[in-house]
Amino acid sequence: MIFSFDLLFEAVLFGVLLGCFYAAVSIGLSVSFGLLDVPHVAHPAIMVFGSYCAYIVAGWGLDPILAGLVLMPAFFVLGVLIYRFYYETFERRGSEAGVRGLAFFFGLAFIIEVGLILVFGVDQRTVQAPYIGSSLALGDYRLPYRMLVAFGVALVLTAALTLYFSKTFTGRAIKAVAQDEPALRLMGANPVRIKQWAFGIATGVSALAGAMLIIIGPVEPAMDRVYIGRTFCVVVLAGLGSMTGTLAAGLILGIAESIVLMLFGASWAPAVAFGLLLLVLGIRPQGIFGR
Amino acid sequence: MRGSRRKVLKAGAALAAAASFPRAALAQAGPIRIGMSMPQTGTLGAGGQAALVALRLWVDDVNQRGGLLNRKVELIAYDDQTNPANVPGIYTKLLDVDRVDLLIAPYGTVPTAPIMPMVKQRGLLLMGNFSFQVNAKVQHDMWFNNSPWNDASSWSDGFIRAGQRAGAKSVAILAADQEFAQNLANGARELAKKGSIKSVYDQNYPPATTDFSSLIRGIRAARPEMVFVMSYPNDSVAIIRAVNEIGVGPQVQVFGGGMVGLQFTPIMTSLGSLLNGVLNYNSYVPGMKYPGIEDFLGRYAKRAAEAKVDPLGFYLPPFNYAIGQMYEQAINATKSLDHKAIAGYLRQNEMKTVVGPIRYDKSGEWANPRVVQAQFRGIVDKDMEQFRKPGKQIVIYPDAYKTGDVITPFEKARSAK
Repeated sequence: MIFSFDLLFEAVLFGVLLGCFYAAVSIGLSVSFGLLDVPHVAHPAIMVFGSYCAYIVAGWGLDPILAGLVLMPAFFVLGVLIYRFYYETFERRGSEAGVRGLAFFFGLAFIIEVGLILVFGVDQRTVQAPYIGSSLALGDYRLPYRMLVAFGVALVLTAALTLYFSKTFTGRAIKAVAQDEPALRLMGANPVRIKQWAFGIATGVSALAGAMLIIIGPVEPAMDRVYIGRTFCVVVLAGLGSMTGTLAAGLILGIAESIVLMLFGASWAPAVAFGLLLLVLGIRPQGIFGR
Repeated sequence: MRGSRRKVLKAGAALAAAASFPRAALAQAGPIRIGMSMPQTGTLGAGGQAALVALRLWVDDVNQRGGLLNRKVELIAYDDQTNPANVPGIYTKLLDVDRVDLLIAPYGTVPTAPIMPMVKQRGLLLMGNFSFQVNAKVQHDMWFNNSPWNDASSWSDGFIRAGQRAGAKSVAILAADQEFAQNLANGARELAKKGSIKSVYDQNYPPATTDFSSLIRGIRAARPEMVFVMSYPNDSVAIIRAVNEIGVGPQVQVFGGGMVGLQFTPIMTSLGSLLNGVLNYNSYVPGMKYPGIEDFLGRYAKRAAEAKVDPLGFYLPPFNYAIGQMYEQAINATKSLDHKAIAGYLRQNEMKTVVGPIRYDKSGEWANPRVVQAQFRGIVDKDMEQFRKPGKQIVIYPDAYKTGDVITPFEKARSAK
């Protein structure tokens, strides 16, 4: 195996870019699962749906990332509707809601997957953009522009959500509903509406994450399965509901994966990532940034 | 009392006989059922659906000719989701519930491997479907693969030779952590060893790898003179992109070899000019002449458009149509659905198909393999039609199909017309 400090530095650099991408695709789940405690296993499927929508909009000549931004309001409404349905049919009905909710979201994921197959077929879809397939050369180092775009979007998304949850009334209410729902109700706020709003945000963010997914690589309808483990791993490692924690956990996962892929046996990459999760949970069961 | 018991027994026997006659007659008149699982979703779904279009085209053709043994032919295909764990269950259902008469294997090595012990144990004929060396250890004598390769050298030899001719003395091997890629990688390792080529990088990557930048950077650091890659469709796209972004170094003479997916039209179209210079295996490229292939491809294209699958269908569809043609010839010749009789015919006779004549060796693979190694040249972006024409994939191996010499090094080939 080849080792040099140059290579190690480059592995870390790639890891930071990859980690930011992981954080960006996990941040919606950090809201829905981390803050709201909704077992949202359909999050990656909604993200893949977002990729296909971005593919359509990008086909009209719009940049894929801009397409993701344009789609966010529609996905926000979709999220509100999904949560309302979930609440009325599952969450309101008592103690078994969690387990039944899991079945609901698995069902939703399958419906999305099959729907995509029926409409688009099973072929992989990709988009074209000036930053796909080229890289920024810094001396001997080359950084793919598509990863730099993912890096930038992840940072902006994390900063925006952190500010929103700490500085706005609704944001603070979302954090409050995560901590003590009855107390929020006693203060006159409607926890269901707050959760509905938060789930809308989580789903809206998935549209942008989906756009990032399709600029990183080709997508196909069953791709959500690849991301279920990885996104839940990032959210749990972060400490449920922490936005900055999600970014940090994504970075840890990305850097670990990149170093192993470049310098050690590539086959070990998934084992190292999930080994890290076990290690962190062993030391800090609440996750890195969990309280 | 004794008399009445006899009457009852006679009446019972008569009833049983009467009940069995129409059933036997119906069974004779019913369709011949051919069963298979096929990846219609998941990683291999795009290829699987295109292959199914071709098989259904053959079913319609044969039924228009009056069927087989004066019976209609019916194809029963279930989606295995590219998940090998689903395949044994599907074949058990096909055999025990659907009662199919004949079997075809699913597309690909990984989905086929789990059913090999079962078909051997039950003594069933299985037509293979683009799998690689799944019968090498099982040694089933009723296995017949439709793919144009047999052992690892039939696949990798052209690539390694092209590298050697360009003076390459070292190789980097990157392979998916899957049965097919591993079989192929082992073959490439052996060939490299025989040719005294030094292995400077050898990695297996896990199936869910998101980005290949780190791996390609690792390869560049190893400074190999040829890079042999065995990957699945999604990975192939990501690898080609990463190569264009990161680079593999000016010393690399040839790059590619065993990348699955670079034969599929949607992938070729989406990668466009990024493909230039890549030397990769293929089963058919425009310009190869076989009786009936052009008629088949024309008819396939119409159905593919309706089914929203690979519009050109050069890679898998003709070879799947060939499975039907081989069944048709063997059944018509033996006038039987007996698996042993059909297998005997397939083993001893040359089959005439839209992918040319096929003769089998004793392991059920092609006696005369013809995997082509072709170099992409002069590919432009966003143009599907260019792939219909000869000249965009230059065949450099085998000599019988050669349409040009390989351009080396890889960097130079990327800008060659």
